[in-house]
Amino acid sequence: MGVNTQEKPVYLDYQATTPTDPRVVEVMLPYFTEKFGNPHSRNHAYGWDAEEAVEDARKQVADIIGANSKEIIFTSGATESNNLAIKGVAQFYKNKRNHIITVVTEHKCVLDTCRHLEQDGFEITYLGVKENGLIDLDELKAAMTDKTVLVSVMAVNNEIGVIQPLKEIGEICRANKTFFHTDAAQAVGKIPLDVEEMNIDLMSISGHKIYGPMGIGALYVRRRPRVRIVAQINGGGQERGMRSGTLAPALCVGLGKACEIAKEEMAEENERLHDLQMHMWNRFKEELPEVYLNGDLEKRIPGNLNVSYAFVEGEGLMMGIKDLAVSSGSACTSASLEPSYVLRALGVEEELAHTSLRLGIGRFTTKEEVDYATDRIIKEVQRLREMSPLFEMAQQGIDIKSIQWAEH
Amino acid sequence: MSYSEKVVDHYENPRNVGSMDNEAGEVGTGLVGAPACGDVMRLQIKVGDNGIIEDAKFKTFGCGSAIASSSLVTEWVKGKTLDEASNIKNTDIAEELALPPVKIHCSVLAEDAIKAAIDDYKTKHGEAADSEAS
Repeated sequence: MGVNTQEKPVYLDYQATTPTDPRVVEVMLPYFTEKFGNPHSRNHAYGWDAEEAVEDARKQVADIIGANSKEIIFTSGATESNNLAIKGVAQFYKNKRNHIITVVTEHKCVLDTCRHLEQDGFEITYLGVKENGLIDLDELKAAMTDKTVLVSVMAVNNEIGVIQPLKEIGEICRANKTFFHTDAAQAVGKIPLDVEEMNIDLMSISGHKIYGPMGIGALYVRRRPRVRIVAQINGGGQERGMRSGTLAPALCVGLGKACEIAKEEMAEENERLHDLQMHMWNRFKEELPEVYLNGDLEKRIPGNLNVSYAFVEGEGLMMGIKDLAVSSGSACTSASLEPSYVLRALGVEEELAHTSLRLGIGRFTTKEEVDYATDRIIKEVQRLREMSPLFEMAQQGIDIKSIQWAEH
Repeated sequence: MSYSEKVVDHYENPRNVGSMDNEAGEVGTGLVGAPACGDVMRLQIKVGDNGIIEDAKFKTFGCGSAIASSSLVTEWVKGKTLDEASNIKNTDIAEELALPPVKIHCSVLAEDAIKAAIDDYKTKHGEAADSEAS
């Protein structure tokens, strides 16, 4: 069996986005046409039908994280959810507590939101991470004060796929009466999540990372004990006043269905993906010298590998594997020459960070595709290493660090 | 990012990849860039008794544009005198390869590599190096 790459590259970028599951699309379609009602219309059947669909979807979203459907607010996506959670809590409690703790490897939308709050006078602590990408719980404890209103730690990292110790973080927060927010965009449907067991107070959810549609997400906001947030979008008072604006029933239904499928299939799917992940990683290790996995291997979702192929620059490598859709840890693709801040936070040296690829696999990735991609990457790394002065030096036993490089 | 046909051609079929003996009197070696910046180029020239560059080899760690820029200059320096080769400008390289603005530094590095290789050759032959590789 081969892989047809004549038309489209093999998709290995599941942390960027996922295709919408056809089963999701199917349940969405009627809400664009015959069931087009405004879910906030209270006076006729069109509105009631749409409202019922939205509430069913809310229940499906709540179910996958062990929440009550009244605790789910629909948003436009995880970026909005993160903004609403962090700014919302910060602004509501600002007279009592003004300190927030987050982590340097968070998604830009969390870091940028925190920077914004810093300008408004909030104090932010940015925790570092250990070499494996996980936070040090003692550091978290030490950073906590009686002014700490919120801890925001992502459940699964988007670049390196590592899973943070949510339950332990939740315990620490609860003991300090600090709210715990987690950006779970990459975690929902990939790892078991339970807001009660993990003491999570706010959780951001994304539709398009879990085979649902783009343009929708959700925020879980705990009701007991109650978490209060200041709305960031004002208007008709929808979503219990926390997020005004007419809901998009088709998108809500899509997110709900995506959660339902993910919940049902997670265990089996994780096993399949874990086999593919390990197959790929083992082949890299066996067939190429000097390859390094970024982030913990065990505490990691099975759909992610982030690998440094020493002596081969990531963007150069991507050009050689145009038939694979992957993402590079080398930020040469953007205007800046800085490599990934996440890899740098793990202590990955810059020269190694420049040689990294993120490989994301998921529901529609086949064994054939994984084999094909692995073959292609190995072949191209070998070709480019033959062209790399650094590889030659390493083979001659020259320590690259002993050379005086002219940084440019 | 989309690459020009010429960049793709040099990337897929790089000219003159390889190494020469660093210690040989007729060889000049230029090693420029830095691994931490994601670009390292090594350009080597072999200069004949008549002062003309007979052969050139490169190895590059970098993106497609960096590989293409160094591959291109190995072609360009061959058959030139040292003076002629040192007149190759990064703008010529960038223009030939149609490099986008974010990739201009690749052509700058290739120009630096030529100058560094020439300087190395001249130093070996007791001539004062007349330009500093940056």
